Amino acid sequence: MYTQAIDLPNQDTESPRPDAQAPDNPDYEAQFEATLSRGDFIEPKDWMPEAYRKTLVRQISQHAHSEIVGMLPEGNWITRAPTLKRKAILLAKVQDEGGHGLYLYAAAETLGVSRDALVEALHNGKAKYSSIFNYPTLTWADIGAIGWLVDGAAIMNQIPLTRCSYGPYARAMIRICKEESFHQRQGFDLLLTMMRGTPQQRAMVQDAVNRWWWPVLMMFGPHDSASTHGEQSARWGIKRISNDDLRQKFVDATAPQAQVLGVTLPDPQLRWNEARGHWDFGPIDWQEFWNVVNGHGPCARERIAERVKAHEDGAWVREAALAYARKQAAAA
Amino acid sequence: MDRNEWPLWEVFIRSRNGLDHKHCGSLHAPDARMALQNARDIYTRRMEGVSIWVVRSDQIHASDPEAKPEMFDPAEDKIYRHPTFYKLPREVDHM
Repeated sequence: MYTQAIDLPNQDTESPRPDAQAPDNPDYEAQFEATLSRGDFIEPKDWMPEAYRKTLVRQISQHAHSEIVGMLPEGNWITRAPTLKRKAILLAKVQDEGGHGLYLYAAAETLGVSRDALVEALHNGKAKYSSIFNYPTLTWADIGAIGWLVDGAAIMNQIPLTRCSYGPYARAMIRICKEESFHQRQGFDLLLTMMRGTPQQRAMVQDAVNRWWWPVLMMFGPHDSASTHGEQSARWGIKRISNDDLRQKFVDATAPQAQVLGVTLPDPQLRWNEARGHWDFGPIDWQEFWNVVNGHGPCARERIAERVKAHEDGAWVREAALAYARKQAAAA
Repeated sequence: MDRNEWPLWEVFIRSRNGLDHKHCGSLHAPDARMALQNARDIYTRRMEGVSIWVVRSDQIHASDPEAKPEMFDPAEDKIYRHPTFYKLPREVDHM
């Protein structure tokens, strides 16, 4: 993903954008609109409206933060995995999430923000991340439920992003989606194994599904009518499918999977609607959604505290590596 | 703020022998050795490559996107550079 630091004539990499000098050039604006309407991609050095750039920085960095914070609820279980096989799988999955965060930070950096600034915004609470990671992982079955449901919902959200109008974001999403499928399948496989076990294990699976189902439906964001960025993002080709449509797609895909697994989903109104050709489902508790989005989720403070601690504990390593590199360069 | 961020590197991967190295992304690293190490962990977790190049992003010189027309349009009207420009008799057209 061609980065901001690539040398361009007359370009100061510290300034917001070289094109900030000519924000209202109608020719540029027309070219940009024409590129979008042809379905072509916008690349880092192309002119873009400041609002488009800002929307992308916000969305891509939130996405990156979600991958990074997403490692925490699962990381907790690496040392507690029941078998060596499951431990290796979980390690690989958590490593993937770290990698996904890095692809996305790199994509955001092509828009002229520094990695340090992005990380700082996460740590001081200015930037948001997916509210789903503020729920606790109480039992081993939660690890399966996260894979099956949380990653399943993430895939639904992410597949349309592989066609988004900003090249580096689209390319990062292609890479991520390729790897994400393993995450969902290992989760289902884990739950299936537990369902074939003891009654206590089956109860654990049902309990985890009961706790994760509604928060997962909230991952798709507010109703289309209450979504603030939806329309503009759709016009810019950043968001191709609406929150409610994606949510419906997810319920349609997941309800039959629950039957195969042998669990019930905690929604008495969930039933197949022959006329609509979709599954109907009950109302979402939006009070809870906004509560968690606004930082009052059960684990919100703990997650960020853990992240900040890891970052600070690693500071001496980053500094030492940089000092060594500078010394070597000076000696050469 | 003092620039204590690790410099940025571009990563190029040859997915198998016989193919070109292809740009696949970027990463931060303090030096070339760690850039290679990080590139392996970030971009080849599933046997995506047999060879990696890394290069400091600020060492790459790129063409100016503003200058696309001057840079690339001159090729547009030179259609005689393409084999299909030449209409040959059917007997020899597979030439």
